[in-house]
Formats: sequence, C-alpha cells, structure tokens
Amino acid sequence: MSVFDGLKFRKVSSPIHNLDPRIKFFYVIVIFFSAILFNQIIVLLTLFLMTIPFVLLAHVQKEWLRSLRGAAFLAFFIFIVNIASSYFTSGYSLTANQIESAIAMTLRFIVLAGSFSVFFLTTSPDHLGLALEQSHVPYEFAFAFTTAVRFVPVLAEEAQTIMDAQKARGLEMEKGSFLKKIRNYIPVLIPLIVSSIRRSLELAEAMESSIDH
Amino acid sequence: MIEVENLHFIYPSNVEALKGISLNIRDGEFVAIMGQNGAGKTTLVKHFNGLLKPSRGFVKINSIETTKTSVAELAKNIGFVFQNPDHQLFSETVEEEIAFALKNFGFKEEVVKKRIDWAMNLLGLSQYRDTSPFLLSGGERKRVALASVLAWNPNTLILDEPTIGQDHRQKENLRQFIIQMQTQKKTIVMVTHDVEFVAECNPRVLLMRDGEIIADGKGTDILTNQELLTKSSIVLPQIAQIFQELSCFGLPQNIIDIYDAKNILIQILEKKK
Ligand SMILES: Nc1ncnc2c1ncn2[C@@H]1O[C@H](COP(=O)(O)OP(=O)(O)OP(=O)(O)O)[C@@H](O)[C@H]1O
Ligand SMILES: [Mg+2]
Repeated sequence: MSVFDGLKFRKVSSPIHNLDPRIKFFYVIVIFFSAILFNQIIVLLTLFLMTIPFVLLAHVQKEWLRSLRGAAFLAFFIFIVNIASSYFTSGYSLTANQIESAIAMTLRFIVLAGSFSVFFLTTSPDHLGLALEQSHVPYEFAFAFTTAVRFVPVLAEEAQTIMDAQKARGLEMEKGSFLKKIRNYIPVLIPLIVSSIRRSLELAEAMESSIDH
Repeated sequence: MIEVENLHFIYPSNVEALKGISLNIRDGEFVAIMGQNGAGKTTLVKHFNGLLKPSRGFVKINSIETTKTSVAELAKNIGFVFQNPDHQLFSETVEEEIAFALKNFGFKEEVVKKRIDWAMNLLGLSQYRDTSPFLLSGGERKRVALASVLAWNPNTLILDEPTIGQDHRQKENLRQFIIQMQTQKKTIVMVTHDVEFVAECNPRVLLMRDGEIIADGKGTDILTNQELLTKSSIVLPQIAQIFQELSCFGLPQNIIDIYDAKNILIQILEKKK
C-alpha cells in the first residue's frame, strides 16, 4: 500500500538480517561507488541483479518491490530530463548513444535505490550504531548517522500521513500534466520539511538539556 | 449515512488493525470514538473518506461503496481534520491555506473568497489572514487546519483528537461550534481520549479495543460503566467518579453532565433544609 514500507526495518530472522551490519554497509558502499563509476548498461544491470538474491534470502521482496515502485516515479523523471536535455543541447536530434546514457542514468538511480532499500530493510539502527562504534568510527559521526537512519522510518510514516491529509483536502497527486504532477508534491514536501525541522530542534533541545555543563 | 459491515483491515506490515467492525452512523449524528492507543480508531475513520480501503467487508457512504469511488470525490462530502496540523499546513498565508481545498474542488473564484471569509470568521482567525500559518501558536494552527476543511462545508466532519493542545476557552468554542454544526444537521465523528470533553458534549460513544467495538451507546451509559472503561484504559469523568463514590447516599449512577449533577445536588440539599 505505501511505497515507504520499503525503508522500514522489521525484526525478522534471516541470514541477511543476522549478517554483520558492517558487511552489509560495505556491500552497499561498493555498489554505490561501482554504480557511480560505471555507466555501461550491462554493468549497472548486473549490479541490480546482484541485489536480488539478497532480497529473496531476506524474504523482503514485497517491501523491496514497493520501494522500487516508489522510486519508479523519480526514475521516470530522471529519464525524461536526460532525454530532454540531450535533445535540446544537440540541436533537436537524438542519437542512440544519448538514449543509452539516459537509460544508464535511470538504471544507476534504480540500483542505488534498490541496494539502500535492502540495507535499511534488514539492518536495525541499534546494530548499525554498535557496528560503527566497533569499527572505530568517531562517536559523533556514528551517532549522527544512526540518528538519521532511525528517523528514516519515522519520516516515511510521516510522509504517508501528510499525503493522506492533503488527499483528504482534495489533492489528487496523479492528476494533471507532467509539470502539475511535480507541483502536486509541494503540499507534501513542505509539511514534511517543516515537521522535520521542528523535530530536530526538539531533539537538539532534549540533548542540550541532558548534557552536564 | 455511513454504513460499515464486517470491516477488516490489515496493514501491509500484517498488523490486523480492524477485526470485523459493523456499525451505522446516521445523518446528523454526533459520535465520539474512544479507546486506548492502537485500538484502531484512526484506522477506522480513515475508511470513511476512502483513504484506506477494506481488506474484507465494506464501507458505504450514502449507499456508495468506498472502493467504487475516489478519495477526492468522497472528500467533498466528508471533511477530515487530521490530528496534527503540521501535517497539512504548507501555504504562505492563512488565506491561501484555506483556499487550497476550495481550489482543488473547483469552486469558483467568488465562492472561494466568500467561503474563506466565512471559515476565518467562524474560527476567529480573521486577524491572521495574511500571516504565515507557521508563525501561529499550536492551538491557532489547529484552528487553521479546521478552517481549511470547514471551508468547503462538507456534510460530515471527522475530527481526530480535536481538543489536544487547546486551552479551556478554545475547547468551549469547539463545543459551541459542534452544537452549531448539529443544528445544521451535520454528521460529526470525533476521535478522542478527552473523557471530560466527551462528558460535556454527551454524544453517542463507540468504545474500541484491539480492532473491535466493545461498546456502542449513549455517553451517559458508557462513560459511567467502570468495568468497560477500565478495559479501555479510560478513567471515569470526574462527575461520574464523585457520584459513584457517593452511591451509598442514593445518588444516581448515570450522571456525567455538570448541570445534571448540579440539579440533583440542589434537589437533595433543598430537601435537607
Ligand atoms: N501505517 C501503518 N502501518 C502499519 N501499522 C499501522 C499503521 N498505522 C497504524 N498501525 C497499527 O494499527 C493499529 C491501530 O492503529 P491506529 O492508529 O488506528 O490506532 P488509534 O486507535 O488511532 O491509536 P491512537 O490513540 O494512538 O491514535 C496499531 O497497532 C498500529 O500500530
Ligand atoms: Mg489515532
């Protein structure tokens, strides 16, 4: 139902869930840099397919597909922008090469979304924090990172609620021209950003008041 | 008319949040839905404007199943004010915020203007017309959110936790406003934990627990039933508490309203004189 379920960690036991989070983190980083370095469709496709066995092993295929479906909108957007920009910059014509690079760009995004999704679906924030500390990552960084990760599901749930609230006021996200569709995201993004800022201010206050000066 | 028949709802995470709910809410009724955290109240009311669709069973609004129509279509009849105003406010000014839904529903320019004035007036927001909603206090933001829904004058109003963060005067305003809506034959469904507020309004009360309705009846019956309320982690309204503790003096047990209580006490005290 919700595209954001693709980012929520749920406590289950599977070989992937039980794997040391550092290994998973390393894997995601490797995928990340490979996807950035290579722009051949075949490499990107391989990177994408490589992730699928992990998804199946972890039994999170339903949630994973949902997050991909969520990413599909942005992927489509990336594709269109790429095609349009090369169409206009090369004097109103398109070569096979340009189409290929647009596809590669889109695929790159899907690879990143897919691998991050498996990571968040199978790693609890607690384990992640512990693992980072054990690998001698500075505490400030580990804390900031795990706090951010911890807030991903909160943010996802919040985005869903905000979408519901705006739909209840007659917003039809899928309606209208392409530009209108993008503008439809404004009533969702602004409350999301404002609530996040409000929340981080609260968190900062709570932290400050618990520090002994 | 809201008809709910054997409604089950399972979230994608496999939480069964509603386990066979059946109920009817007639036009013009005022219903309060109560129950502990996670009982399924919000999940239930989200079915009334189609934000959630039944996993099993059905929900009909004015004889049309919610699965056969869109949220936007249902929303014209059913206004839904969410618990947290920060989840909907996004405009630069209060006026634009209230105009948002009106424009979505395709009201004409002149009508939009009139409705904005009307809604701002009703909720005492007129002086904030050009203020950013983000600069208002929590209680005021809540009223802007309410105004932005009231503006299109829906037949049914769903309020999720309307009294949170409101001071006593604003609660009283809200109560007056609900009474006014009732005289206009509007249906009102209010989700709340505020037992004193419910006692003051005395609506029909639905008590939920673990995705089921465990009681449905008059406020005076349900809010004085210690056993039921304990099951739902609700404390008795203060008036009911006093009357129950003084039951040995022959006080009636189904009193939740302060004026009823006063009248009974006056009768007893007069007799003593
Ligand atoms: N988006 C969601 N995804 C998965 N489970 C959910 C979701 N929203 C609610 N639930 C679960 O469904 C159940 C009912 O939740 P609901 O929000 O309807 O309760 P509520 O009665 O409104 O509670 P509260 O008084 O806290 O507002 C809870 O167990 C909750 O954890
Ligand atoms: Mg709720």
